[in-house]
Amino acid sequence: MKGRALVITSGKGGVGKTTTTANLGTALAMMGKKIVLVDSDIGLRNLDVVMGLENRIVFDIVDVVNGNCKLKQALIKDKRFEGLFLLPAAQTKDKTAVTPHQMKNLVNELRKDFDFVLVDCPAGIEQGFKNAISGADHAIVVATPEVSSVRDADRIIGLLEAAGLNGPQLLVNRLRGKMVKKGDMMNIEDIVDILSIDLLGVVPEDESIVVSTNRGEPVVIETTSRAGAAYRRIARRITGEEVPILSLDESNNFVDRFKKILKLAR
Amino acid sequence: MILLDVLAKMFTKESVSSKDIARERLRLVLVHDRSSVSPNFLNALKEDLIKVIREYMDIDEESLSVHLENEENSVALVANIPVKGFKRVANDVEVQA
Ligand SMILES: Nc1ncnc2c1ncn2[C@@H]1O[C@H](COP(=O)(O)OP(=O)(O)OP(=O)(O)O)[C@@H](O)[C@H]1O
Ligand SMILES: [Mg+2]
Repeated sequence: MKGRALVITSGKGGVGKTTTTANLGTALAMMGKKIVLVDSDIGLRNLDVVMGLENRIVFDIVDVVNGNCKLKQALIKDKRFEGLFLLPAAQTKDKTAVTPHQMKNLVNELRKDFDFVLVDCPAGIEQGFKNAISGADHAIVVATPEVSSVRDADRIIGLLEAAGLNGPQLLVNRLRGKMVKKGDMMNIEDIVDILSIDLLGVVPEDESIVVSTNRGEPVVIETTSRAGAAYRRIARRITGEEVPILSLDESNNFVDRFKKILKLAR
Repeated sequence: MILLDVLAKMFTKESVSSKDIARERLRLVLVHDRSSVSPNFLNALKEDLIKVIREYMDIDEESLSVHLENEENSVALVANIPVKGFKRVANDVEVQA
């Protein structure tokens, strides 16, 4: 069976593409899927450190397309999860070191062996973006609830559709429930309405992401993390399971719920 | 005009949440962003317009012009379509209505 290739993109930088790639990949691997994460941010590689695999890199994506090594040799196996692999970006080269055509061939090669190929896209709309999307059959657009991020997401959605990648899905990251309640942050309905795009899921702002990134451990491993819970729900949705989208964020915040119940009881 | 409402509210000290301001600014900036369309898009639109209007009246297809005009708070589709004459069918529809 042929695997699916998803590109995680955003336009604007720093909104959580790499965090999302690492966590969705890990969550899918925890569900027993065979996953390869491809870092296409050549020159600014980061997926390796977010995954905690930076010390194990021998070859990278540019070595593979240049024929310096076999594809299998460049794949780093994650020791924590069966079936989770990383293809790192090159750090010394630039975005033009790989062509869209080479990228497409590479992704198609990976599809044969994996259930999902997740491509972490660099920020921007130039060559790096074009490379990243060239092998994908589906796109996840990450945006934070801010004017600049949603605006860039809109531009990216237009470019994806022009490139034939129809039906991209939106992942809203760093939502702050409290600010939304106060009317100081756009809510999910506002964003989905403006972009008129399918919503894949919502990840809350969560300090545990910083802590787990410090350790090189994806946050989905933390059972108590709200962002981790959100990513696990989104991963289930990606495999076709029907998981309802929660209104404020994807975490099932038991403490908040408990407080509500207490209030009702009084 | 919704922007004006928001601004009006701001000045009359009725409280407008910052997210409403964000949403309105976003709506406007996207209208402008999305209006930078390709010539192909406008040509396709023009051809479809001609097809529809031809059913109702005789128009001068050669001197027909269609373009988008940007203003501060909005974008308008401006079409200038010289009419040569009306078709009887169109008049009939009028009478019946
Ligand atoms: N839900 C969240 N809560 C808290 N911090 C977050 C969240 N998501 C991402 N971050 C933090 O935001 C920063 C940027 O995230 P990340 O590197 O994933 O973004 P990116 O889109 O890949 O950036 P770039 O465009 O530079 O590749 C990181 O420091 C990350 O830890
Ligand atoms: Mg990144």
